[in-house]
Parts: sequence; C-alpha cells; structure tokens
Amino acid sequence: MLRRLPEQKGRKVRFLFEGEQVSALEGDSVAAALMAAGAGTTRTTPKSGAPRAPYCMMGVCFECLVEIDGVPNRQSCLVEVRDGMRVRRQQGAPGLPGEADDDPV
Amino acid sequence: MTRFDLAIIGAGPAGMSAAVTARDAGLSVIVVDEQPAPGGQIWRAIGRNAGARPGNLAILGEDYASGAKLAARFEASGAQFWPSASVWHVDSPDDGDKSLTVAWDGVTRQFTARALLIATGAMERPVPVPGWTLPGVMTVGAAQTLLKSSGLYPEPSLLLAGSGPLLLLFAAQCVAAGIKIAALLETTPPGAYLRGLPHLPKAMLGWRTLLKGHRLKRQLGVSGIPVYRAVTDLAAKGAERLERVRFRSAGMPVELEAAHLLLHEGVVPNPQLTRLLRCEHHWDAAQRCFRPDLSDRGETSVDNVFVAGDGGGIGGAMAAVHSGRIAALEIAERCGAVNRPSGDVEIVKARDALRAELAVRPLLDAMFPPPDWIARLDGDVTVCRCEEVSAAAIRNAAALGAPGPNQAKAFLRAGMGPCQGRMCGLTVTEILADARGESPERIGYYRIRPPIKPVTLGELAALDGSD
Repeated sequence: MLRRLPEQKGRKVRFLFEGEQVSALEGDSVAAALMAAGAGTTRTTPKSGAPRAPYCMMGVCFECLVEIDGVPNRQSCLVEVRDGMRVRRQQGAPGLPGEADDDPV
Repeated sequence: MTRFDLAIIGAGPAGMSAAVTARDAGLSVIVVDEQPAPGGQIWRAIGRNAGARPGNLAILGEDYASGAKLAARFEASGAQFWPSASVWHVDSPDDGDKSLTVAWDGVTRQFTARALLIATGAMERPVPVPGWTLPGVMTVGAAQTLLKSSGLYPEPSLLLAGSGPLLLLFAAQCVAAGIKIAALLETTPPGAYLRGLPHLPKAMLGWRTLLKGHRLKRQLGVSGIPVYRAVTDLAAKGAERLERVRFRSAGMPVELEAAHLLLHEGVVPNPQLTRLLRCEHHWDAAQRCFRPDLSDRGETSVDNVFVAGDGGGIGGAMAAVHSGRIAALEIAERCGAVNRPSGDVEIVKARDALRAELAVRPLLDAMFPPPDWIARLDGDVTVCRCEEVSAAAIRNAAALGAPGPNQAKAFLRAGMGPCQGRMCGLTVTEILADARGESPERIGYYRIRPPIKPVTLGELAALDGSD
C-alpha cells in the first residue's frame, strides 16, 4: 500500500480500475495511482500466471504493463492518469486491441 | 522530413545541458524524452515540486532543488521538446544524417539530424534475489520516483536492502519526510572505509561530495533506524505478494515480516540505444557493467553519435551536466557554429570541471563494490523476469554449448520478452562468464534490435514523415 504525504497539491482525477471508480492526483502516473489505490497485482505473466507489480517506475522493467482504454501492453509508469480512463490488469499474454470486453461504465 | 543539427534523446542533466549549450551556439535542436516533463530521473517532477509543492523540496534536498535552474534554462532555450515520446528506432547510415523514429502523441514521426546525442542515463542494476518478482518488492529508485512525482511512500513495514549512495540518500529523504523505515539491510561488505582509504587523496578534489556523504551517514546514524550489517543471502517470501524477508546478517539468520522491500545495488548505464546503434562497448570491471567506448569529447565508435551523462559510465548529475556541455560544444564546432579558439577554451573548462566531479568515483566504487554474487547465481532464482528463465537454465544453456547471451536467448527466450533484456542482460552475461570461465567482455551482450519500445499498430499505421 502506498500513502501520500500531506500538502500534495493537485486536481483530483477519477478513473476506472477493473470497472471500479478510483481517484488519484493529476500528474500521477497510472502505475503510481494503481499502487496508491491498493491494486496489488497489476498483471500476471504469460508463462506461469505469476502475479507482478511495478518494479522500476522508470520505463525499463515492463512489469507495469496494463490495458488502458482497450489498448494492452501500455507501460503504466510512463502514462499520466486522466479523467475517465479505463484501466485493467493485463492477464497473461495480451489480446489484440478491442478483443477485451469493455468495462461496464 | 524535418532536419535538425542535433537530436538529443533524454532530457535529464546531460540532455538539458547539451541542449542549452547547442542553442547558445545557434544550432537547431530537438530533444525527446519518455517522461512528461524535463529533469530525468534525478530531477524528476522538478517543475511541479518547485512550483505547486515546495514542501517536497525540503524533503528531497538541495541537490534535487538545484535542478530547477537548469530545467528553466532548458525550457527557455528554444530547443524543440517532445515529452512522453518513445524513440523506437534510430538509423545511422555510414555517410549521412541520423534518422529517428519516434512515437509521440499517438503518431509515429520521423526526422533526421546531423548529430545524435544519447543522454538516456542510468538504470538501477537488476538485483535477482529469490522472490524479487513478488508484488511489494521494487527498487529504491522506484520508491524515490513515487516520492518525487506524487509524494507517495510505501507503508507499513518498509525494508530497504542493498548498498550505495542512492540507498543512503533515499533513507535520509524518508527520515526528513517522517516516513517510517522498519529496517535497513546493508549488503555492503564490511570494511568500506578501509577499502576507500587508498582512494581518499585523489577523491579530495570532490570534497563536496565527500562532505555530503558524511552528513548523510550522520543523519542516518541519529535516526534510530535499525540497521543490519553485512547482509547476505537475501530472499523475499510470499504467495501473492511479499510477506517476509529472510537474510543473514554477519552470518546469523534473520527473518522479518514485511509488506515492502526496496532493493538497490548501484546504477549502470542504460545500454539499449548504444547497443542498437552497434557502438563498441567495453567491460568496466570496477562497476561490473558495460559502457560504450567514448572519445574525450563523448563520441562513440559511430561517427557523430555521442553519449553524455551516466549512459557513458556512472558519474552522477553534475558530471552529466559537464559531459553534455562538452559533447554539445564539439558538435557545434563540427556544424561550424563555434569559433575555434573560444570553443576550445570552453571545452577545456568543462573537462576540468568533469574531472573534479569524477575524482570521487574510484573511492565510491571501492566503498560500495558492485555485487559479485550475481555471477555465481544458480538454482531456480528468476533471472529473466519477462520469460521466467532461471539461473540454472542459463547455466544449462552454457553447458549445452551456448557461447554467449544471443545463443542463450535462442535456447531459452531469455531477453525476448517486453523488456528486451534490460532486466536480465547483465545477469546473463555474468552467469555465462562464470559458467564458461571467460571474461564478461568476451561473453558480450544481447544484440538489440528495433523496435526498442513497444509500438501499437495504430501508431505504426499513423506514420507521419512530414512532421
């Protein structure tokens, strides 16, 4: 679980993670917002299905891959969270864009 | 296709310094970076913290706050800047301009430049201990990024494990912020000061860095954080996420409950772009990593391809600023933009400043030697996180005759996942060198191919060469 220091000014941003509404601060990366929301596992591996979560937060480890607005394989540590984003865990090998069911909004 | 005098990849200390210098000399400059704002990893989110969140500057310290000045000069420099952009290919024909292929704003764009400066900096050395893939385990640098960018910190039961200046700096930042560290697990082999002593006279040129290090140690000493010394055999345990950490401290077994474990064993150059361009590299035994061969102006073995900053070998932020300036002055001279005598004087000044910055490095390398146990890894510990390849499998590939990383990759898929070997490359080289009884230099590294970042079909389809 991540906690936030006091006095972090910024506009509140609301997005969906696995269909549930979650809030973050403008300027947070999606990866940071997910960890702050207590997401725990953010993807499972294609080979064994093992749970993974962001590891490097600087774009080199690719552990933070998630599906954002229907597009799989997004490096969530490099994407800033935006209002209304739909984020899902990436389970195993990613499907083609549009293959996954849309979140019920 | 738009043509620039200079294309810079990376807007950290080296890239920003080079951009400012090159613009002063009148060159046309484009800078691309993966992050949404300039600053690199060291000065990440410096704009936001200096603006809306000044309280964070006191926590992150004056070295961090000092980045605001260069970031402001960079933004006023007139260099074209593409943030949140992924460079996925660079082509460097023998006779002519470099061409860059970049995904930016949902569209793939191409442009050319007479000279290329790679300022992509360092990454943390991967620390392949058992359980390092569990959620709850990440790098010290990752936690520091969360703190800089979002004011976020891990809680509860936070353990820090490893060795090196960044680990101590982050611990001190936690203390300043009132973030509770349950324990510090130092893997630094005992006798750091004794090992450093012979290097002290030369390092005195970098006395400011030494003084800062001394202050850090003192701050941590009075902080009351429990410290386990001479830590070995570190392992993270848990089912779906981290639950416990086991290790030995001076030989004695210890087990602690933990929700968060941060690892750090120093930083190494990010090799992806210099490898993609087939630049010559050599093995740096003191820092246990490859670094590109560079001239005294920062040029690689490929004409008009330069490297500045930690990507050329670890020197820290201020060294990066100086090496960025040196490369930019040399490039400006080649473009005919600088008068010979004054340009040379500036280069000599910057080289003196760089030498003073680097004076402290041999001492740091001796005090915080890079881990030697990685070369000896065996068993089921995961080496390649993407394809889940174990150390034993790498050794097995060596026994089957794989002479280097590229054959091991073909046998095992190690290095073929999304990270393209960034997380396993050094480890695979070290294990193969150990198994075959050869030097890492001889064993070599993965052959890196484009695209070096994932590209969506949409971005490919929207190729825009006119921009």
